[in-house]
Amino acid sequence: MRDSLFGLVLGRLASSLITLLLVSLVIFAITSLLPGDTAQQVLGQFATPEQVEALRTQLGLDQPPLLRYWQWLSGFATGDLGRSASNGMDVIQLVNDRLPNSLLLAAITTVISVPVALIMGIAAAMRRGGVLDRTLNLITLSMVAVPEFLVATLAVLIFAVQLGWLPALSYVSTVDSLGAFMKVYAMPVLTLCSVLIAQMARMTRAALIDQLDSAYIEMARLKGVPPMRRVLRHALPNAIGPIANAVALSLSYLLGGVIIVETIFNYPGIASLMVDAVSNRDLALVQACAMIFCGAYLLLVMLADLCAILSNPRLRNR
Amino acid sequence: MTRETKPDDLFISPEQSMQVYNAMQRGVSRREAMKVIGAAGVFAAAAGAFPSISSAWAANSENAPPQYGGRIRVAAHSTSTMDTLDPALGATAIDYARAYMFYNGLTQYDEDLIPQPCLAESFENTDNGSHWIFTLRQGVTFHDGKPLTSQDVIFSIMRHKDPATGSKVVSMVDQIESIRALDDQRVEFTLSSPNIELPSILAVSHLVIVADGTTDFSNGIGTGAFKCQEFTPGVRSVGVRNENYWRDGYPYLDAIEMVGISDEPSRVNALLSGDVHMVNNVSGNSAERMKTNDSYQVKATNSGNYTDLVMRFDQQPTSRPEFREAMKYLFDREQIKRVALRGYGEIANDQPIISSSPYYFDGLPQREYDPERAASLLAKAGLAGATVPIVASPAAASSEDMAVLLQQSAAQAGLNLNINRVPSDGYWSNHWMKHPLGFGNINPRPTANILLSQFFLSNAAWNEAGWHNEQFDQLVIASRSEPDEATRKQMYADMQTMIHEEGGIGIPVFLSDLEGYDARIGGMDRTVPLGSFMGYMFAEHIWWKG
Repeated sequence: MRDSLFGLVLGRLASSLITLLLVSLVIFAITSLLPGDTAQQVLGQFATPEQVEALRTQLGLDQPPLLRYWQWLSGFATGDLGRSASNGMDVIQLVNDRLPNSLLLAAITTVISVPVALIMGIAAAMRRGGVLDRTLNLITLSMVAVPEFLVATLAVLIFAVQLGWLPALSYVSTVDSLGAFMKVYAMPVLTLCSVLIAQMARMTRAALIDQLDSAYIEMARLKGVPPMRRVLRHALPNAIGPIANAVALSLSYLLGGVIIVETIFNYPGIASLMVDAVSNRDLALVQACAMIFCGAYLLLVMLADLCAILSNPRLRNR
Repeated sequence: MTRETKPDDLFISPEQSMQVYNAMQRGVSRREAMKVIGAAGVFAAAAGAFPSISSAWAANSENAPPQYGGRIRVAAHSTSTMDTLDPALGATAIDYARAYMFYNGLTQYDEDLIPQPCLAESFENTDNGSHWIFTLRQGVTFHDGKPLTSQDVIFSIMRHKDPATGSKVVSMVDQIESIRALDDQRVEFTLSSPNIELPSILAVSHLVIVADGTTDFSNGIGTGAFKCQEFTPGVRSVGVRNENYWRDGYPYLDAIEMVGISDEPSRVNALLSGDVHMVNNVSGNSAERMKTNDSYQVKATNSGNYTDLVMRFDQQPTSRPEFREAMKYLFDREQIKRVALRGYGEIANDQPIISSSPYYFDGLPQREYDPERAASLLAKAGLAGATVPIVASPAAASSEDMAVLLQQSAAQAGLNLNINRVPSDGYWSNHWMKHPLGFGNINPRPTANILLSQFFLSNAAWNEAGWHNEQFDQLVIASRSEPDEATRKQMYADMQTMIHEEGGIGIPVFLSDLEGYDARIGGMDRTVPLGSFMGYMFAEHIWWKG
């Protein structure tokens, strides 16, 4: 079983590499198709043609696209992410400045949202059709329906502007105590949680109900297994696969998809770095960010699959 | 606010005006020099000599002298990884403000945009503006201790002429042929053609003085009032007081943190929740919201920013003069100001110079909204009932609203405008000046001549409409070397008349810069009509009353 699992991981990693390669090609092609190139974007509205030419030569934009892609790829393979065209800094340094912020925000959100979502989902599944289920249903549905920019803006208006309890902006650098840390992260995490919890709780409920409807649970009930044990011991292990997948999809969103939260709270994360990179046509930076998002996504999906396999004796012992 | 204080200024005695004059010669701006007298007036009042002056000043100078200390946080409207401390590359408000924080120019603008001595303690020209000698201030040092010399000046200016620098002001330095060090404290500029406005040009934020041979600008080593403690592009910068600043008594603040918040509601919310103390680019709606609270102040500065309708001479149907004239009559300027700008603007008259400029020509009759006249002009152009596309984008501020309003008024004259909205991404390189009918947005320029040279000269790269007029070109060049003020004014009047009558751009309104700030910030009554943040030069002039 160890061998097959090991083989699976190896196979997954190999296909991930191919996926990353394809993604980088697609991104290179799309970035090249965007109107205007780096030189024009950097020099702005009032550039002269001579300057644009000079900067193009300086950045190597006058070389054929395939050669530029190859240069980027060979650099990437040897760990050299290149330089940002817009400000001359090393891409690795730019990413280093932002990635820890994004990971921290994602980690806090995960630690809070996953247990809450699972508990809500399980509780709703157990009390299906009851008052609790219907209440949770109403709450999660409305949370899914309300866009996060609205949640974020309302939170700022209430907690920062009206009540003055929390800062309107999240400054990672001004945190010096646990209290300040909680204040700074309260609203971004609240906003992200409100979206994620709703999604994950609904998926958990659906996956669990699917199992609760099956014959073996009926059997367990007829045998007299108490409800709690029936759900946690019998149904839940079989629902872990779909739940893990739902969680993985939700969490992969936390890295690249949080641009709205980063913008509203002025949180210096990696999503806004990528948006800057795209609007500046800063190819090396776009590629680096895309590789991170894509890599994180593939990793999470692989972990979810491993969870599903390890939790299922039939797959585990094959 | 500046202008309101003027009447009191009349009450100063000749000795006092001499005091002001001397102080200004030392490089102090007029307003600050007046504060010197304000203090003197208080002493005089104690002796019972000039009671009227002292009361006028007590009421006028915000009741309190500037305070030292304090740290504020300022949020600008735009930030990205493209933020730079290389003054030559500055592209947005946050870059300009940082340039003036960490560096100084040879000259600096006062509240009337007159160039005053800064790093150069004096400047003179010998022959109507072809040769200029700048004498550098003694004892000025860079943040790293290096003394300021002529070589720094030569390097700082001449690097803009190298295309590889990517300077944003190439067109302004093109006329500088060479710079020569006469000795350690004096430099001589030689221009390819005379320009009496050179001192004004040298005060722009791009032409501030950096140390000779600098290649890495990320530390912001200049001679400015603040030293760069931290700089992360797209995140923030922290400037701390330069204890060795050459201008005695400045700056007031201990530290200024600058961040960018691109989302307008977030920027305003950050101010209202006390997280930042000053924000720029506030919308008219937010300004109304801020006015309801005494803890915040709104400041509107009209510095000549305009969004204009560009009508190309080299494309159809805008090449027909009747069509261009008709479009200018189709602006309902009052409505545009009220609706698109929420009242925060000034009605314009298709002339690019604002009324506060010394060269503004007020003899042109205001062009009014006149659909009948436009309809007959359109009929004359053979375009009655035609459908014409018009390009608008969020990149050109308020142009989308203007396009919609123009579409409605054009319908009154039987002209169908098809609005083609394009994203701001890539607008300036791909759409601006490329369509027969589209919008541009022009930021304030420090002098009228720079504005006219960059946007209306026949061979200018950004001659928006592709308008050619030899007589105009000659006037622009001649006005640069005209020593007589009255003759120069007449030249500018002629040029404005030509643009107003036959030019290919329509300017319906000037847009005001709106900024909001915490009422605990002192010194905000100073206005430099060049942009927000006191023409980006706020850093050393404000203090914290909290």
